[in-house]
Amino acid sequence: MFKRLQTSPAGPMDRDATQGLTFSMDGHLIDARHGDTVAAALMIAGVTSLRDTPVSGSPRGPFCLMGSCFDCLVEIDGIPNRQACMVEVTEGMTVRRQAGAALLGVATAAPAAAGQAEQTA
Amino acid sequence: MSPVDLAIIGAGPAGMSAAIAARQVGLRVLVVDEQPQPGGQIFRAIGRADASRLHVLGHDYAKGAELVSAFQGCGAEYLPGALLWNVEREGAGPLLLDVSTSSGSRRIPAANLLVATGAVERPVPVPGWTLPGVTTAGALQIMLKAHGSVAEGAVLAGAGPLLLLLAQQMVAAGAPPRAVVEIGPANRLGRALPHLAGPLRGWRYLAKGAKLLATIRRAGVPIHKGAGGFEILGEAAARGVRFTSGGKVVEIATEHVALHMGVVPNQQLTRMLRCEHDWHPSQQAFVPRIEATCATTEPGVYVAGDGGGIGGAAAAALQGRFVALTIALHAGRDVPASELAALRAALARDRAVRPFLEALYAPAEEVLAPADTTVICRCEEVTAGTIRASLKDGAPGPNQLKAFLRCGMGPCQGRTCGPAVSALVARARGISEGEAGYFRIRPPLKPLPLSELAAIAEE
Amino acid sequence: MTLRPDPAAMADLLVIGGGLHGCATALAAARRGLSVTLLEKDTIARHASGSNAGGLRRLNRHPAELELSHLSMRLWRRIDQITGHDCGFQQAPQIRVAESAEDMNRLEGRAALVRELGYSNEVMLTEREMRAHLPAVAEHCCGALASFDDGFAHPHGTTLAFAQAARRAGVRALEGQAVSDLAWSGSAWHVASGERVYLARRILNAAGAWGGAIAAMIGDHAPVEPIAPMMLVTSRLPAFCKAVVGAAGRPLSFKQMPNGTVVIGGARLGRAEPAHNRTDLRMAELARSAATATEIFPIMRSAVIVRAWSGIEGRMPDQIPVMGAALSAPNAFHSFGFSAHGFQLGPAAGEVMAALIDTGASPIPLDAFSIARFAHGAPSIPNQGEIP
Repeated sequence: MFKRLQTSPAGPMDRDATQGLTFSMDGHLIDARHGDTVAAALMIAGVTSLRDTPVSGSPRGPFCLMGSCFDCLVEIDGIPNRQACMVEVTEGMTVRRQAGAALLGVATAAPAAAGQAEQTA
Repeated sequence: MSPVDLAIIGAGPAGMSAAIAARQVGLRVLVVDEQPQPGGQIFRAIGRADASRLHVLGHDYAKGAELVSAFQGCGAEYLPGALLWNVEREGAGPLLLDVSTSSGSRRIPAANLLVATGAVERPVPVPGWTLPGVTTAGALQIMLKAHGSVAEGAVLAGAGPLLLLLAQQMVAAGAPPRAVVEIGPANRLGRALPHLAGPLRGWRYLAKGAKLLATIRRAGVPIHKGAGGFEILGEAAARGVRFTSGGKVVEIATEHVALHMGVVPNQQLTRMLRCEHDWHPSQQAFVPRIEATCATTEPGVYVAGDGGGIGGAAAAALQGRFVALTIALHAGRDVPASELAALRAALARDRAVRPFLEALYAPAEEVLAPADTTVICRCEEVTAGTIRASLKDGAPGPNQLKAFLRCGMGPCQGRTCGPAVSALVARARGISEGEAGYFRIRPPLKPLPLSELAAIAEE
Repeated sequence: MTLRPDPAAMADLLVIGGGLHGCATALAAARRGLSVTLLEKDTIARHASGSNAGGLRRLNRHPAELELSHLSMRLWRRIDQITGHDCGFQQAPQIRVAESAEDMNRLEGRAALVRELGYSNEVMLTEREMRAHLPAVAEHCCGALASFDDGFAHPHGTTLAFAQAARRAGVRALEGQAVSDLAWSGSAWHVASGERVYLARRILNAAGAWGGAIAAMIGDHAPVEPIAPMMLVTSRLPAFCKAVVGAAGRPLSFKQMPNGTVVIGGARLGRAEPAHNRTDLRMAELARSAATATEIFPIMRSAVIVRAWSGIEGRMPDQIPVMGAALSAPNAFHSFGFSAHGFQLGPAAGEVMAALIDTGASPIPLDAFSIARFAHGAPSIPNQGEIP
């Protein structure tokens, strides 16, 4: 588990530091703060696994948090393969766990097309 | 568009100092950085840090605020959230930088390029290191710095000053680690002491380290020394660690494991630029070959900061200033020789402690030569055993391994596994990492949307 | 100091170049009972053979290459028997899409030509048939020319497989041996590399983009142009395309690999510096390949490029290779200049050249590839052909 540090009342402070944001992860609502990256917000919320690998379907979570390891790949607002640690949460953002090869979002239906070819041949 | 005098990649201490110095002598400066705010990793998010966060993170972090402030006022063109992904040159013309921002790619000409992209964590391949819940030590520091958040009951494992610093920060944050596990030989200090040839800095450093240890011990954090056979347990996520220490098998339950075995220069950009690199056995790292002027082997390309050899934030700032003034001098600006001499001297003094630190925190052999079942390339899930088998089959080096096994071909482009693969090749063939070589790095520097490249064609 | 060669170590054949053509010829020659030494100046498959897009097509080849190409395709289908390795060979349709009526006319002309030459593998597809094979292809594409039993393979893996099979067959394959000089003594070739001199009864110039330099050492002339065709590869995508796709009206090579990554080429050239083994990519040019790919496969717009690269190929002015006996010296042969489409021809070129070297006769006519066509005083330098 992660816990947030208490913020001081005085000193240089981002005005929005304690202001809450909400985004959705696979249909669940997650609370975040202004300035949180998607990866950080998920880790704080206790979500450990962000994707399954394309090679073996193994679960992965954030590893380096600095944009180097590319393990934290998720789909954000419909765009796959985004590094969760490099994207700041915005209100209403939609995040989805990435399973294996990223989905292109278009039903190419290749097997159905092959069936169609058999009909026309 | 006329070329900027100096394009700086990276807004950490080296990049910021270079920008400030270059602006002071009137150069046109562009700074490109991927993060939304300046500071690099070491001073990450310092602009948003409140008093309690500064207290937890300590004085060395807090010092960065002044530098960030000076950078923000220096008049450099600053592109945050921007990625340099390619550099070309037409004949004897300026360098052409392809920079990706939220509004697409632009091509920016520059007379000189300073690579200030710092360091990356040395990979620590241990069994179970790919499980969710396992991060680098740097990642837990980023949680503290950028998100004011601390992992509870974490186990910190490896070696290196960052490990102890992080432990102390977590204590200050009220979440002391469940354990610190030093992987490698038990008598690290004994082996390193011969390198402590007199410089006062070294003794001061030792004293600082001793103080850190004392703080951590006082908080009740167990420190296991000379640990071996380290592995992370769990199926869908990390649930604990197991290792031997003091002749006993130790098992500790935890959901958070932070690995660290030192940092190495981030060589991705310098390699993409075709700079020559040398293997430095003392640092156990590849380092770009640089002159006294910080010039690399590629014309117009310079390196400052940890990217040119691990030296820490203070040295990075000195080097950034030094290289900017050197470039300015070559560009015909008035730069007093005494200032350059003073910077050089300060750098030499700072460097004196390095051999001691390098010996003290040398990476453990078990991490450089992991067990066969250990994943080496995380992206493509290639194990050490698979790599060894391919080497035995005749694959001569990292690039052939890449072609046959796909290690280094995943989205991280070899950033994480590169040093580990070179280490494996070296050990399998009984040669140095320098002879073994490294992955050939080609653009784009990071994965680039195909549509963004396509858009360039329309211009 | 040059080391004195040992006459007892004279090889029947010395191959210069450790790319696919060199290795395939070495293997075939060794299997014919010749003693073979192969000298590679860098490492096996370091250049074109290790960096091409891996496409295997008979489709749209220069007519002069068709017989060799068909022969080679038969060998690819049993490549595991030939090399002991599957080489990543996959049968796949090669499809060339038309984007306009003009393109369709061009493709129909090609189909007719191929039929006239006696081959039946290149067939026209209607728009509907094309979409059945390429469901993800753009709306504006109106038909295609296809060769269904073509395919692709792993270039580096294939070349290494040939090299390993060659070694098992007794070939002495040496890396890091750049040839600096050649001389015919009257009874043997003396091939100098650094301090060493290798002796051989016959030599083969399979030096790719460096073939012109080796040819010159033999006394022959061939205007090889070193070029750097650029390619890029994306991250994994769910399977949507089983064919290797080109376009009739503009350069494109598009292939989704079994692991889901997509390789995009298209003959856009970077800058080649063969003296330093260096290529420089030109992103403004590669961008045109990217644009073509996204226009023909719109779903690629959200694909992400993980790597771009280029190897060094040797291109001839007429886009067909130099193969056959040397002109200016005895017991010397050439097999280079495959102009960025030599991968598919490799297995057959190896067998054909080995036969020529061993017996003096080639099983198929090689006249069109003779280096004589570039000899000073030859009737005309052949015109630049269309890049397929």
